[in-house]
Amino acid sequence: MKYYDKLILELSKPGRTGYSLRQNDSCTTDALASLPEWGKRKTDVCLPEVSEVDVVRHYTNLSQMNFGVDTGFYPLGSCTMKYNPKINEEIAAMPEFQSIHPLQDKNTLEGIRAIFDEMDHALAAITGMSHFTFLPCAGAHGELTGLMIMRSYHMSRGDLKRTKVIVPDSAHGTNPASAAVCGLEIVEVKSGENGLVDVESLRPLLDDTVAGIMMTNPNTLGLFEREIKQIAELVHEAGGLLYYDGANMNPLLGVVRPGDMGFDIMHLNLHKTFSTPHGGGGPGSGPVGVCEKLVPFLGVRVSGYNGNFPVILRAYTYILMLGRQHIKQAGRLATLNANYIKESLRDAYKLPIDSVCKHEFVFDGLKEREGENHDELPTTLDVAKRLLDYGFHAPTIYFPLLFHQSLMIEPTETESLETLDDFIRVMHLIADEAHTQPELLRTAPHNCPISRPDETTAARNPKLRYE
Amino acid sequence: MMENNHFQYFPHTEADIQTMLRKIGVGSTDELYQDVPAEYIYKGEYNLSDAKSEQEVRDFFKSLAEKNLSLKCFVGQGAYDHYTPAVIPYITQRSEFLTAYTPYQCEISQGTLRYIFEFQSMICNLTGLDVSNASMYDGPTAAAEAMRMLLGCARKKNTVLLSATLLPHVVEVVKTYAKFYGTNIQMIDAKDGQTSRESLEALMQSGDVAGAIVPLVNRYGIIENLEGFADALHAGKALLATYCDPSTLAVLRTPAEWNADVAVGEGQSLGVPLGYGGAYVGFMACRSEFMRKLPGRIVGEATDAEGRRCYVLTLQAREQHIRREKATSNICSNESLVALWVTVYLSLMGPQGLKEVNRQSSEGAHYLYDELLKTGKFQPVFDAPFLKEFVLKPLVDIEALQLHLQQKGFFAALATEDGYVSFCVTEKRTKAEIDALVAAIKEM
Repeated sequence: MKYYDKLILELSKPGRTGYSLRQNDSCTTDALASLPEWGKRKTDVCLPEVSEVDVVRHYTNLSQMNFGVDTGFYPLGSCTMKYNPKINEEIAAMPEFQSIHPLQDKNTLEGIRAIFDEMDHALAAITGMSHFTFLPCAGAHGELTGLMIMRSYHMSRGDLKRTKVIVPDSAHGTNPASAAVCGLEIVEVKSGENGLVDVESLRPLLDDTVAGIMMTNPNTLGLFEREIKQIAELVHEAGGLLYYDGANMNPLLGVVRPGDMGFDIMHLNLHKTFSTPHGGGGPGSGPVGVCEKLVPFLGVRVSGYNGNFPVILRAYTYILMLGRQHIKQAGRLATLNANYIKESLRDAYKLPIDSVCKHEFVFDGLKEREGENHDELPTTLDVAKRLLDYGFHAPTIYFPLLFHQSLMIEPTETESLETLDDFIRVMHLIADEAHTQPELLRTAPHNCPISRPDETTAARNPKLRYE
Repeated sequence: MMENNHFQYFPHTEADIQTMLRKIGVGSTDELYQDVPAEYIYKGEYNLSDAKSEQEVRDFFKSLAEKNLSLKCFVGQGAYDHYTPAVIPYITQRSEFLTAYTPYQCEISQGTLRYIFEFQSMICNLTGLDVSNASMYDGPTAAAEAMRMLLGCARKKNTVLLSATLLPHVVEVVKTYAKFYGTNIQMIDAKDGQTSRESLEALMQSGDVAGAIVPLVNRYGIIENLEGFADALHAGKALLATYCDPSTLAVLRTPAEWNADVAVGEGQSLGVPLGYGGAYVGFMACRSEFMRKLPGRIVGEATDAEGRRCYVLTLQAREQHIRREKATSNICSNESLVALWVTVYLSLMGPQGLKEVNRQSSEGAHYLYDELLKTGKFQPVFDAPFLKEFVLKPLVDIEALQLHLQQKGFFAALATEDGYVSFCVTEKRTKAEIDALVAAIKEM
């Protein structure tokens, strides 16, 4: 990767154009000239004036400062950066689908209706839920939608005092944030020493003001919540509902169905579990599934039209490729890969909870050697930045918040033994460097397009646009 | 017990699996699920179809695609059939952009960060406002976020006003968010197809209004005259948020020129295909004083250790991964790649191209308007300026009209809630196509 300095607006030259519009097809005299004066823009908009080749070179250069799943191993915990199959892209780009207006009469769209119906059936089969809505555009949007459904259910019964939702301290940050946007009060439940939701801490929180609980299972430590059966019984007995955060669904793909564990509502991240590309931060898709009794509440209008259709097309393509033959391997291989890395690196990195993991696991920074102080070793940030030098994306860092030096690793099932071994070798190398040449880590990265930026100054004196 | 079924996305050979199981110290992958109560391990056959090959998948979707009626589009209502330059998919399909996650590791994400910074800059230039975020899911959710932002900027107020002339799906989504967030939504009446200032001023009397969301171009295609709106709101310590179609901002008076505090809208009109409604991209911009109230990702300029210019996610103290329930929003993944799409579009079109798009669309729309009235099958409804979209009152049965047009290959004359029909023309529609639509209507 090489450093490239330009912004597209800096390439601008007055009079240069990059567009192609027809020249003569004039229907009337200039309609813009007849706009009322009060409605006209006062000054010309400042946009780039560049040629087509300028645009292509500029964005190609920008792309070369970026790292994607196609570039290399991307063990970003809780993000499920699995390989994005190319057939998905071909199907999503079919002009027959791209050209349809969202408000076109559904009676004329038998093919599209079939895709939504079949996708609904497939996700129901995979998750054990009854039906799904495809309107949510991302995981957090799905959470919000699911909580709206939860509240709608209670409201429909006149049970208006259920305004609290229980969220474990290990939950993704979006859980409490979605609950707040949904007008719910958040009650945090602590994890026990074993990293799991502590049933005894949960029990006293349950009363008739609780709308439900948001669970991530396996949780963000990659640990399966073994007490889920008892938790489901307790919450249901108290009149609450169980929400499943599908961000961590991947290890259960083809192994366990959330619906069977007693969950009433869930979302899936199609851009995680179902192989659609993340696009540098979307578009994703967060369909929400519910159990039978909540189906009447599924129609909540949370986005403009029909959801992120091309993402749904990609995910459906992936499900068709997997079929019933391969689905049973997906979660198992993801779990196998994660446990293999964990067992291979536990000599060099601190494993705070020694347990079989699912698709991901968390180290609490480097392991100190004899005579060393853990606090004086290079940090998780330093390890992450040094990994970039060796051509790997970094794991998720400083999350979950349960440990000070969290380093959360999720390999996914699409990585080979050779890739994992290479990553393990480099992680050992970095651990050695940490003990012998700690400055090398603290000043990393050394061979990326840029070195560490001064983020504090950037936040203190924000420059958020080109002027 | 697992076996390798030769699936191209799973690289494990049987020998690999055995090597890994030995390292872990278990006999099978099933043993890795020993912490899962046995009753939850799904033992049945998944009710899915047989695994398909790529060619089978192609044929399958081809056959489904043929079961949709392909129609020439003369409808807008928030989704516009503008032209997409060939360069855009070529760039957005580059896997370095496509297969990257949110740019958490800035040292290897300068590509993503830089185009987001460019996107923010262009949204600021289009709206005239100071600060933009990195994108929202779509226009309607951006409006819903604007509702929450208006409340966040006000002190102890709980009412947000929505113009009755906003697109119906925008009103619906905002009301959904409001219902659960506990916000009091009051509708500003429409008068002659436009937001009524008298109604706005009357609603301000409650003293509980945090702000109003008003369209620049409304559900009838009318360009609204917002003279006095900002003053009326500001006088009551409330803010003005405008809902806009960014494509039209190349020629229309901007949110900043109307003295608005916030601008939101649907970015789809900037060259994004109709795609049955997604993936689109919402945007949100505001005056700098409200910068720290903005939801979502924001990219800022920084310098690296060598003093080189670079870009980072900034002002993250607003966001869910730091603030959890106190965040300005729950948004995490947004519509980054569609923001790139829009950024490349705006780069190619430039100020002249975007103006030309508006000119051609508007000329086509005015021509269609006149020709439709000549058929004697419609009456004018409003006497107000419009660009590419308008409504008429049909003098024929709406359903019969629509069915007839479908059979002739057109999607046009969309029925509105108030008994009108809506038409839209973009630069993609030729005079010959417009004439064909009018001829089809005459036949009826």
